[in-house]
Amino acid sequence: VNAASPFKRVLIRAALQLSAGLMLAACSQPAPPVHFFAEGRPQHLSEWQVLFRDHGRLVTNDRVVPYDLNSPLFSDYAHKFRTVWMPEGKAAVYAGNESFDFPVGTIITKTFFYPHAAGGAAAVARTYDQSRDFAGAGLDLANIRLIETRILVRREQGWEALPYVWNADQTDAELARTGDEVPLELVAAGEPSEPFTYVVPNENQCAGCHVTDLKTKRIAPIGLKARHLNRDYAYPSGIQNQLAYLQKIGYLKDLPPFADVPRNADWRNTHETLDARARAYLDVNCAHCHNPTGPANTTGLSFEPQTAADRHLGVCKPPVAAGRGTGDHNFDIVPGRPQESILPFRMDSRESGVMMPEQGRGTVHREGLALIRDWIAAMPGQCGV
Amino acid sequence: MRQLAVWILCLSAIACGRHETPSQPAGLSAEDAAFQKRLQEQFLDAKPGTVIDIAPGKHALDRVLTLRADGVTIRGAGADKTILSYKNQISGPEGILVYGSDFTIEDLSIEDSKGDGLKINDGENITIRRIRVAWTGGPQTTNGAYGIYPVKSRNILIEDSSSWGASDAGIYVGQSVNVVVRRCHAEQNVAGIEIENTVNADVYENTATGNTGGILVFNMPNLSQAGHSTRVFKNKVHGNNVGNFAAKGAAVASVPAGAGVVVNSNSKVEIFDNDIADNKTVNVIISAYYSTNYYNKPGIDPNYDPYPRAIFVYDNRFSGGGDSPDGLDLKTLKVAMFGLNGRLPDILWDGYRDEKNLVNGQPPGQERICVKNGNAVVLNADGPHKYKNPTTDMAAYQCELPKLPPVELPSRT
Repeated sequence: VNAASPFKRVLIRAALQLSAGLMLAACSQPAPPVHFFAEGRPQHLSEWQVLFRDHGRLVTNDRVVPYDLNSPLFSDYAHKFRTVWMPEGKAAVYAGNESFDFPVGTIITKTFFYPHAAGGAAAVARTYDQSRDFAGAGLDLANIRLIETRILVRREQGWEALPYVWNADQTDAELARTGDEVPLELVAAGEPSEPFTYVVPNENQCAGCHVTDLKTKRIAPIGLKARHLNRDYAYPSGIQNQLAYLQKIGYLKDLPPFADVPRNADWRNTHETLDARARAYLDVNCAHCHNPTGPANTTGLSFEPQTAADRHLGVCKPPVAAGRGTGDHNFDIVPGRPQESILPFRMDSRESGVMMPEQGRGTVHREGLALIRDWIAAMPGQCGV
Repeated sequence: MRQLAVWILCLSAIACGRHETPSQPAGLSAEDAAFQKRLQEQFLDAKPGTVIDIAPGKHALDRVLTLRADGVTIRGAGADKTILSYKNQISGPEGILVYGSDFTIEDLSIEDSKGDGLKINDGENITIRRIRVAWTGGPQTTNGAYGIYPVKSRNILIEDSSSWGASDAGIYVGQSVNVVVRRCHAEQNVAGIEIENTVNADVYENTATGNTGGILVFNMPNLSQAGHSTRVFKNKVHGNNVGNFAAKGAAVASVPAGAGVVVNSNSKVEIFDNDIADNKTVNVIISAYYSTNYYNKPGIDPNYDPYPRAIFVYDNRFSGGGDSPDGLDLKTLKVAMFGLNGRLPDILWDGYRDEKNLVNGQPPGQERICVKNGNAVVLNADGPHKYKNPTTDMAAYQCELPKLPPVELPSRT
């Protein structure tokens, strides 16, 4: 192979991509490599060259790796497509509980989208069914509506968050530093549709979740932790554990034996225990603020996996600054009595000032709420004086 | 009147909108939307030394303004001229949210935010002056919790500011160190001014009137630090008789309507040289966490100290008040002890004390409740025995405590 020949390089890369099945269309239209911007804010998502449109699909560039989480953050029933890319020869360093230590140049994307639904321009489907989302390894744009893609980029001075909003033609997404509001309507068979405002966060609101330590004030990824990633993914090369795959392709080093790697439950998997499912759900939806160093440490309430299942987790704990968010209840969690507990009350609200989480949703997550109610109902003990 | 109240609730799309009405985009005018975008950009780009000037006018915003830089000043043209209105807020819940040190905000108003008006979390050297936070519909449970709310911060000056209508506390300083609140006005809130789990606070020359409770000094369990050393002096605390409109379960929901100055579970609190008048339950309450109804063993940190200790009340000017206490227990107590037309004395102590730590039947000298206030009387309500043997014997309070030093803040420019 003559490495000096750019044409041959493209061919080789295209062939590799073809064999990896990551980007079937690349052979017809060779993609320029992913562009790490060491500074500045590109106006368009396409400038990063991580994701791009190809023949009615949204596809990933070379060495851009998709991933899923055991239990994801709820975001108004949006489906999500997550990717990570690192510069050639660089790898993240494994960490047991925190986000992995990623090299400068890492680019993480998260694309929020909905399956189409019959109805007006704002109609999107409320469904967990992802079977029509993909065509091969790309998103099938005939079946979905792209809303936004958020980029987390690891620069010399730390992580930065950049929100991009997809245009009406779905051809590209434009930088939306100050966020955006998208009127949508959730549609599900046999039920009245549910209109709501999908709120794209501004840069500071990104930090609202991604600054998990108020002292360092550093932005960090949330999902790219061992316990969230420790699960299988259907790669074109076959089904494999995500951490093992990342290690295999050189993206992850220092991965310990799997017996020592934590794993969160899939909150929807009823074969797992109620407690494991509820704790996984609370971890990914709440713990980025509700942890001992996070912005909600003012409340003394924590939802990390290692939080003891006592007052630290809200059991019989009086609220601190809930205001009307108490819903006239005295304690965060009253064992056996979800209807008297503040936690599910706030999850059941879509009113700013009452609802939890405070941002990132405009609808109630019915299934998540049901899980937390079941979990509290099954909890032993009582708040005796 | 009742219809009007319901109409206001519906208008604000809170009470009636939760299930039936979609939360459509607020539909800011193009002008307001453009203004908000520019202002958001200024908040995003702010860095040490940045001054964000906000032009006069009433500006409608629909999402929180968040600041994450140190050394920033936010400045309006005057609390009556630059008004940020969050009536149609869809994202927040705060009006302005600050994570930063060396922060100054002055000369503007924040109205009708869904949650707290101004929240400052984990900052140092915070100056808040001449701002006004208001919920314009008057006292309502659906108002945001706190008007001005620095928390877990250090070296805080709040002056010449006001808060109206907070469904918890108008001016609320939580879990902080070195605090001055002066020349402020709190009205129509559940708690006018509240110092909670805070170390070293001077609260002086403020007016708290028309709230449920005027000035509160509290310690709550399970938090990052226990508070102590607060001086409340030269304030006007009168006519705080608004019915408690906090949601049940909130700490201040336990405050009876008609409370002037309330100390709960805190220590080293000095209350002196205030004008405290016409608070219908009682002008001063000194109480333990046990009186709040929230005490329960599994939910409370075993190291939490629920008792008020080292409380010194002296040289205040009391008048009126105590004539119509809130709550059945206190009503009954008043009638039984002072007759139908009588009044509770100026100071009410719920009677809870640390029985494991007594010397000759009294708390150790440095931990006592001391009162040196002319002919003002303390009623020990005997809460621990369900108000069975209340007494106005003053012998227990004939003592003095060492005076607390003034709070010293680093100088401001």
